[in-house]
Amino acid sequence: MSVADTRPAAAAPGGSDTSGRGSAFRSGTPEGDGVTVVEPLIFEHSRPGRRAVRFPSPSAAARQAAASQPRVPDPLRRRAAPRLPEVSELDLVRHFNRLSHLNFAIDLGFYPLGSCTMKYNPKVNEWAAHLPGFADSHPLDPAPLSQGSLELQWLLAELLKEVSGFAAVSLQPAAGAHGELTGMLMARAYHASRGEGEQRTTVLVPDSAHGTNPATASMVGYATVTIRSNERGGIDLQALREALGPETAALMITNPSTLGIFEDQIDQVIAAVHEAGALAYMDGANLNAILGRFRAGEAGFDLMHFNLHKTFSTPHGGGGPGAGPVGASDRMAPFLPTPLPLLEAGDPEEVRRNAWRGRSTPGGRFALEQPDARPTSIGKVRAFTGNFGTHVRAYAYIRSNGADGLRSVSNDAVLAANYLRVRLSDAYELPYDRICKHEVIFSGRRQKRANGVTTLDIAKALLDEGIHPPTIYFPLIVDEALMIEPTETESLETLERFVEVMHDIARRASQDPAALRASPRHTPVGRLDEAGAARRPDLRYRFPDGADSAPAGPTEP
Amino acid sequence: MTYSPHTDAERARMLEAIGVGSVDDLFDDVPPAVRATGFGLPPPLTEQEVRAELGRLAGRNRVPEISFLGAGVYRHLVPAVVGEVIGRSEFATAYTPYQPEVSQGTLQSIYEFQSLICELTGMEVASASHYDGATATAEAALMACRLTRRHRIVVSTGLNPEYRRVLRTYCSGPGVEIVEVPADLAEGGSGTTHADAARQALGDSIACLVAQQPNFYGQLEPMSELAEAAHGAGAQLVAVVEPVSLALLEPPGSYGADIVTAEGQPLGIPASFGGPYVGLMAARMDSVRQMPGRLVGATRDVRNQRGYVLTLQAREQHIRREKAASNICTNQALCALAATAYLIAVGPEGLREVAVAGTTQVRHIAAALEAAGLAERRFTGPYFAEVALRMPRATARREALLARGMVAGYPLERDEAALADTLLLAATELTTDDQVERLVDALQATP
Ligand SMILES: Cc1ncc(COP(=O)(O)O)c(C=O)c1O
Repeated sequence: MSVADTRPAAAAPGGSDTSGRGSAFRSGTPEGDGVTVVEPLIFEHSRPGRRAVRFPSPSAAARQAAASQPRVPDPLRRRAAPRLPEVSELDLVRHFNRLSHLNFAIDLGFYPLGSCTMKYNPKVNEWAAHLPGFADSHPLDPAPLSQGSLELQWLLAELLKEVSGFAAVSLQPAAGAHGELTGMLMARAYHASRGEGEQRTTVLVPDSAHGTNPATASMVGYATVTIRSNERGGIDLQALREALGPETAALMITNPSTLGIFEDQIDQVIAAVHEAGALAYMDGANLNAILGRFRAGEAGFDLMHFNLHKTFSTPHGGGGPGAGPVGASDRMAPFLPTPLPLLEAGDPEEVRRNAWRGRSTPGGRFALEQPDARPTSIGKVRAFTGNFGTHVRAYAYIRSNGADGLRSVSNDAVLAANYLRVRLSDAYELPYDRICKHEVIFSGRRQKRANGVTTLDIAKALLDEGIHPPTIYFPLIVDEALMIEPTETESLETLERFVEVMHDIARRASQDPAALRASPRHTPVGRLDEAGAARRPDLRYRFPDGADSAPAGPTEP
Repeated sequence: MTYSPHTDAERARMLEAIGVGSVDDLFDDVPPAVRATGFGLPPPLTEQEVRAELGRLAGRNRVPEISFLGAGVYRHLVPAVVGEVIGRSEFATAYTPYQPEVSQGTLQSIYEFQSLICELTGMEVASASHYDGATATAEAALMACRLTRRHRIVVSTGLNPEYRRVLRTYCSGPGVEIVEVPADLAEGGSGTTHADAARQALGDSIACLVAQQPNFYGQLEPMSELAEAAHGAGAQLVAVVEPVSLALLEPPGSYGADIVTAEGQPLGIPASFGGPYVGLMAARMDSVRQMPGRLVGATRDVRNQRGYVLTLQAREQHIRREKAASNICTNQALCALAATAYLIAVGPEGLREVAVAGTTQVRHIAAALEAAGLAERRFTGPYFAEVALRMPRATARREALLARGMVAGYPLERDEAALADTLLLAATELTTDDQVERLVDALQATP
């Protein structure tokens, strides 16, 4: 298929090949009992002795000098070389280019995957992350060599403080869930510092929460208590007040919630949590809805994580890398992970002012905090200072947009979600019929009840239309949930086409439900046997019988 | 510069359809008492200005002309083809492959990654990736606690100090106690973990022994003996390894490791000031249900084609919530793809060449400095691609060399007082004879 085509792998409807593999693929090689393959495994391309990249051998002088040093003893040596594939560079390139054609991606089409903020990932950010000055910077290089990296991290933390209204930010966590872990460990450390470590053992989590919230609470040794949502989709304030007690360590709350709804009593929620001596943690995964409108730190939250790979447009990479910086209020800042980037010499105001005008500050000097400088710190949650390459991209994105740009990001994201809300509410059930934020949640209940077409079928039908399905079956409190997050970067035509397709699917659900249940038909593979995969786990390539490890080559020293 | 496609006319059309007068009406649900009072960010920049600003910052870094710094992060050649593969936006701008019918590219490449890591480590199952080597190691220790239902762990001080710090943080939450078994840092010592010392620290409440091969000092640990010691006490061996070294060194599966973790950065990922990297984890199949992180499995579709899916998800947070094996969701998929492309690009011969070059050049360094009477090896016994060298006034001389654009390794006294005046020097295939000579000359010129 051509990259310009928005269908992930479109075959001509009615054509004989519905596999949608496109011209890059031969029709599959028969295997065993008639199984065909779309693209062979790289191991199946391997031919003994074939090579791609080669390396120079050490000089005779180097080898001679090395010979005077202790050798690696035989028992510690590998007896047979690892059976890595042996292919030419062209084999490699074709393999991965073909595999890439089997993927859907933001750069190919509409990807309204709720809670994931699949917005456009600007290319200039990639350019920046690949600059040799950044890419070749070793994390343990002495600070005088790393002034640019340190300044960037310091500036990014300053920007995130301004975005969130927090007193301090750590960039160390590598993803949203990692930020949650950091925040909950800080909550533990805070309560322990007040002599309440033993007493506070539970974390409150609304029933609409993302799975990482309760999983995080368990990882730090807290028990989770679930708080129900009210009929308007907000946290039930009464239920919250009843659940809060001297044993509560924290409330973890996503705002706007995973129902796409801003907690319109958030001030009372925070007050209730604080009254009980507990901490208010905001899951900031959905920040894309509220930039310039609500700042968690200013509103009284104690902690929050950002998802730089959502709000600040760093690419998701097929599941990472991302970054999950944590913001902390004044009283929580002492517990942040070490080391923080510090401005060691120079006036912060002046350094910021200069940087905003693209200038370095003469005499400005940056450093990393010493590992044991802050005894209150929870320590390190990751080696070094975080996913720096992601920090570079997020910094470039925030600077590109500036204050006005980021405000309009949220305006347009919310506008698009509400537009879809009103345009689709005739065809799909809307469990919470009110203004939404960055995403809108529908239910496929009507289609399921009337026609036996499930949300899964709707999702699979969307695949045939070259549209990535919304998040489905989440949040758990909505039956047959369809969680749609269009983001601000999709044009009105794209939104209109989505509306049209969703209406068409609703119509087909009543007219020809069997066809929907048989979708997708135009994707490279059809529905996969997931139950079988779990029952008989096949998690790695098995070398054909008899093919033993290759003998190891010379392995001096 | 913004990336919004909407014209004001289009916005007006949408507002009208929604039935509100202005976009501000869409934010009425934010209680007035807590609305943002400021948003003091700098003004927007054009692409040209963004490039200038990022160029300014990258230009403030000084990449040393010659560096012998490793200590867990290694500068290797990243073949051009690796950048080409991960630069494809079909991989880079996809999300976690929840819809397998349109994610076979990502899924199959993860299956290949898992297969490569299994082959390299000699283990039965490998996860799709973790944040980095340190967090993978911490998660492995917690996994061993679940598997053994024990709540204390023994950690060799031969483990990278960054990893030990991360382990401490991860263990502090659930209250897992850490007992340290010291590497032998005595004068004339091996710099490694003695099995006897490990045996003493182990006991029937210990879930695992965590040891690193080659260890932080570059020395080769007696891993078989450590495995025996751990197993003798009913504990697991968590082996922290360096992936390039596995071209030459016995795979952990052969010496009895139960869980293997590693930093995958040496496999085609730039140093990039500490990340993004990729944490590797591999284990035995009988412990797969306690394994954290995503797993991809092969299966078939309705057309009887081979295909791949996320599998055994009943371990994961989105299914199991508070009972999940870990909270990990987003991992380091694109870096795992880089490692996959790297291992394929270099193949078994290339990986061996890289490992041989590093081990040869580091010995060249040690031999040259010893021959010139400039330094002595701090430890006895075999080392791999890094060596601890003692020299008078090491820290001051390292500073002096810095002024000449040379980083003479890592000062070990930063973490261990007993290792004063000792530098840890690393070599890779990028280390040249000329660089070694210049190191000797520079040290000679800096008494
Ligand atoms: C609401 C919410 N919280 C937390 C997370 C976890 O973030 P990450 O995947 O970066 O770990 C997600 C992401 O999927 C999310 O949607």
